[in-house]
Amino acid sequence: MTSLPASTPRKLGLVIDLDICVGCHACAVNCKEWNTGGYGAPLADEDAYGADPSGTWLNRIHTYEVQPAQGPAQLVHFPKSCLHCEDAPCVTVCPTGASYKRAEDGIVLVNEDHCMGCGLCAWACPYGARELDPVAGVMKKCTLCADRIYNRNLPEEDRIPACVRACPAGARHFGDLGDPASEVSNLVAERGGYDLMPEQGTKPVNKYLPPRARDAHETGPADLAELAEAETTGFLGWLDKALERIG
Amino acid sequence: MAEMAEPDLELSPHVSDEVRQTTCYMCACRCGINVHLRDDPDGTKKVRYIEGNRDHPVNRGVLCAKGSAGIMQHYSPARLRKPLKRVGPRGSGEFQEIDWEEALSIATEWLDPIRRDNPSKLAFFTGRDQSQSLTSWWAQQFGTPNYAAHGGFCSVNMAAAGIYTMGGAFWEFGTPDWERTKLFMIFGVAEDHDSNPIKIGIGQLKGRGGKIIAVNPVRTGYNAVADEWVGITPGTDGLFVMALIHELLRTGHVDLDYLCRWTNAGWLIDQTQGPNNGLALRDAQDRPLIWDRVTGQAQPFDKPGLKPALKGRFDTPAGTGVPVFELLAQRYLGEEFNPDAVAGTCGVDASSIRRIAAQLADVAFNQAIEIAQPWTDFRGERHERFIGRPVSFHAMRGISAHSNGFQTCRAIHVLQILLGAVECPGGFRFKPPYPKRAKFHPLPHSRSMPDSPLNGPHLGFPFSPDDLALDENGQPIRIDKAFSWDAPMSTHGMMHMVISNAHAGDPYPIDVLFMYMANMAWNSSMNTASVIGMLTDTDETGEYKIPKIIYSDSYSSEMVAYADLVLPDATYLERHDCISLLDRPVCEPDAAADAIRWPVVEPATQGAGRDVRGFQSVLIELGARLQLPTFVDEAGEPLYRDYADYIVNHQRRPGIGPLMGFRGDGTQVGRGDPNPDQLQRYIENGGFFVAHVPDEARFMKPFNAAYQDWAVQMGFYNEPQPFVFQLYVEPLRRFQLAAEGHGERQPPEHLRDGIAQAFDPLPVWWKPFEQAAVDEEAYPLHAITQRPAAMYHSWGTQNAWLRQIHGMNPLYVHGSVMEAHGLKDGDWAWVTSHHGQIKVPVARMDALNPHTVWTWNAIGKREGAWALDPKAPEAQQGFLLNHLIHELLPPKGDGLRWSNSDPITGQAAWYDLRVKIEKAESGAEVSEPRLGRQKSPVEQGPDRVTYGEGWE
Repeated sequence: MTSLPASTPRKLGLVIDLDICVGCHACAVNCKEWNTGGYGAPLADEDAYGADPSGTWLNRIHTYEVQPAQGPAQLVHFPKSCLHCEDAPCVTVCPTGASYKRAEDGIVLVNEDHCMGCGLCAWACPYGARELDPVAGVMKKCTLCADRIYNRNLPEEDRIPACVRACPAGARHFGDLGDPASEVSNLVAERGGYDLMPEQGTKPVNKYLPPRARDAHETGPADLAELAEAETTGFLGWLDKALERIG
Repeated sequence: MAEMAEPDLELSPHVSDEVRQTTCYMCACRCGINVHLRDDPDGTKKVRYIEGNRDHPVNRGVLCAKGSAGIMQHYSPARLRKPLKRVGPRGSGEFQEIDWEEALSIATEWLDPIRRDNPSKLAFFTGRDQSQSLTSWWAQQFGTPNYAAHGGFCSVNMAAAGIYTMGGAFWEFGTPDWERTKLFMIFGVAEDHDSNPIKIGIGQLKGRGGKIIAVNPVRTGYNAVADEWVGITPGTDGLFVMALIHELLRTGHVDLDYLCRWTNAGWLIDQTQGPNNGLALRDAQDRPLIWDRVTGQAQPFDKPGLKPALKGRFDTPAGTGVPVFELLAQRYLGEEFNPDAVAGTCGVDASSIRRIAAQLADVAFNQAIEIAQPWTDFRGERHERFIGRPVSFHAMRGISAHSNGFQTCRAIHVLQILLGAVECPGGFRFKPPYPKRAKFHPLPHSRSMPDSPLNGPHLGFPFSPDDLALDENGQPIRIDKAFSWDAPMSTHGMMHMVISNAHAGDPYPIDVLFMYMANMAWNSSMNTASVIGMLTDTDETGEYKIPKIIYSDSYSSEMVAYADLVLPDATYLERHDCISLLDRPVCEPDAAADAIRWPVVEPATQGAGRDVRGFQSVLIELGARLQLPTFVDEAGEPLYRDYADYIVNHQRRPGIGPLMGFRGDGTQVGRGDPNPDQLQRYIENGGFFVAHVPDEARFMKPFNAAYQDWAVQMGFYNEPQPFVFQLYVEPLRRFQLAAEGHGERQPPEHLRDGIAQAFDPLPVWWKPFEQAAVDEEAYPLHAITQRPAAMYHSWGTQNAWLRQIHGMNPLYVHGSVMEAHGLKDGDWAWVTSHHGQIKVPVARMDALNPHTVWTWNAIGKREGAWALDPKAPEAQQGFLLNHLIHELLPPKGDGLRWSNSDPITGQAAWYDLRVKIEKAESGAEVSEPRLGRQKSPVEQGPDRVTYGEGWE
């Protein structure tokens, strides 16, 4: 068992906007691209050109079909990676102390030197956000790009997670969710950002912004009769009047 | 509790030794990328990381899944290494590696006699080529009329309809005004083309509270995040749009001032019977006439101060005419376009059509915006502001790939124009050098002579039957029969007809088929198995019916096995390219922009035995060996060392070259002498160049005098080319007149009625041809494809990372159909069209038009291709719908076979497909048909990839 910091001064994490995530996988692939050459062992791909390719990913996009009570079926794209929980069960379950939560910023990391690949943390994580690398035999997970966000070798504007920098729709936001005045905290407040599976008691730092209502027609005119001029009777009558008006 | 100190974490690890900026080529989007390189201990440069270039006008820093997987594409095991000469039978995949000297000698030996004797015996067609300015120029100098790229089976309907209507189409020609638009409506758009800009735009628009309406049978991607989804029946979008037009006209919600000033709404159309019936009345200087309500006289449309009549019948010295607008209103006010009348066909409630029409009008007119920027129009009239109708549209292949696609695209543009929502703030805006009116584009050229260049550019925009590529007997001059009566406005050519026509020797046999980057033996052909048969078919003497095939590709695609000579191309990180204003540039509404690719790594260092060359450099060398004009000097010596040299030094017109930036002494833009430092300056500038449009010139470009002057200064043209939008397209009417019996050049009898119907100068709708030709009850479902956002064409599934996302493609079937056929997820089904049958895995999806099935395009692979294990899911479970699609329609009993394409442009009608489905009760869980295994010219990829190993 490994202990968690009682609290962290900063709670770095992601806010993911499900209203505009188009499910394009840009974040997931850019994450893999950055991290396979970055922190720790590469993210291996087994049977890469074979019958059953499977690799290690720190972020995956799931797509769910939803049938609302009224209206047509909808598709929701749902990117999922480590949520950097405040009460991270993956940390407390770790027998070697390899899994830990950084006291300074709350990022949950795996110290690969101490990881023996037992898989307990993956079992403990209710979100399925950890993957055991088949080659290195160590547990891999989202590092929140700890090797980017403080990296003095990168221009300041690039010191953000790779997924956030890549996301074409701007659906991913990075910041300090422990600071109620931060941009990400404001987004969460304005848009009703929520915790994934709060009943698990893990207190995830990452938040999701819910999709706005689709196929809701309560705003805007229902038909052109509402917009048409009262005296209009037929198109050609309107045309003469309208032409007079524009001179 | 294990109380351990936190490990000492290196928070600033070394990232890369160097960053080189170039242009992505993982799809056709052309984003700017920063390629981070690291030096191996032996000095070899290795790609550490690819990210978006924040300064680039296309992607502004972001990067999609494809772009992020570029490392795996660049190091793909499917890369070809050396030129290949076929040594076994065609299709066997038996090759011998040869050196470049031998390869180029063979190509020259094959091509040189043809050029001296009959250049038409070469058919040169390119696929997803971004160097058409060079490839078309080369073909022109060779002298063959048989050149085109892949637009004919991609989106020519979109391009042609847009150019004829308003001088430009969607995507590369223009874009929604993302900063200002409030309502964005998309038709038939998947996530592939213009991929990052649309995603950026959608995020921006939704962030501002703007609304998206998506019209698409399938609710994925952009359609999934749209506020409203219209799950339309495929092929009925035109009718749906005409019903919107009906509603807007009925209630007077059109922008009359805009129509009077900036369109041909007021042009008088000749009502006299005879050869000019339906054409614009013109004055002695050939200027179209309007009826001026102030003077009560006919006046040329471009005079200042006119108030054109929009209805009435007017006698003028040139004849009796009725304004275009009245003809248009009469057409669409017809009851057949009442929402109640179209609802059933379109699968859209009449109340939804009315609501959408009302929303369009509400945003366009009640939420109009203004930009207080004075400007002067081409008539010399001064305006104090730009008025914005913040409604924007985008459409793509779901509209284009139907046999009624051209007129459907036209209908969308007419809707935009009626709302006054083109080239205004908040609407759809063109990207320089567009708009360019149709008249300013070339006409088609096809006069071929031995040992001579062609008489002009191959592809163009015909204005009348006189412009067709027909010989003195009225027969097609081109091997693909483009610009013939089969497809008079086939402005992108008809690549999908080349192999079948060449095989049939109709209109004549060819000697060499030369293709680049086009997987015609697989996903780029309709009717794949038959096309493979044609490529391998022999005559009675045992010779191949298509005698010689040269093919260039970077990868071991299915098509490679069918080539006699393979020219291995470089990867996109190893090559020079220019994304040129002469071709398909990367501009934005407020800026002209162009870009380069350059070898950020050298091919020879990027893999064992790697001896590949960028195709464009090879083409230039072939041009010199063949002594083609403009590729050699008077002494016969090569003019260009390679493509890089050509990019810098080639001049299409004096002072105008492939790249606009850093010309002359390095400060000249647009026009200027070649500058030997130009490429270096582009590299230092991030791989691109941007020239901003002056403030006064930013909107209303075709009518804006300041824009026209800027365009001349930039070298887009030599004098101003203002024009007005064409609600009514006269060139279409000229073909219709021919079909009515007027003029010398007459269509063949069997096409006469079809041309009279299709070439309507105002948009019309007809039922998609295949649907009309088959028993709709026997084939009750529409079947369509789309590309996923994370994969582009066949390139993607060889990619070790992307194939983990899309490694196989089920057929998505609506729940009601699944239930009716006793199907559940993971079952296999037979899918049958009038032409063929395939066996596929199925998956349920309810966010789908219930009469439509669909799948991801080009995931399925042939066993043995692309360096994949023959047991790969792409080859075992993946499949192509192509096997179900024929390039001809089913026989109608008239003894003729009719083309499965748009009768105007020849666009392949992929999405007209009708099928039936039944459960496959038994048998192996593999897709059918099985076309057998190809022998691969490259080894299968490694079992394990641990990219980045060894880097801290």
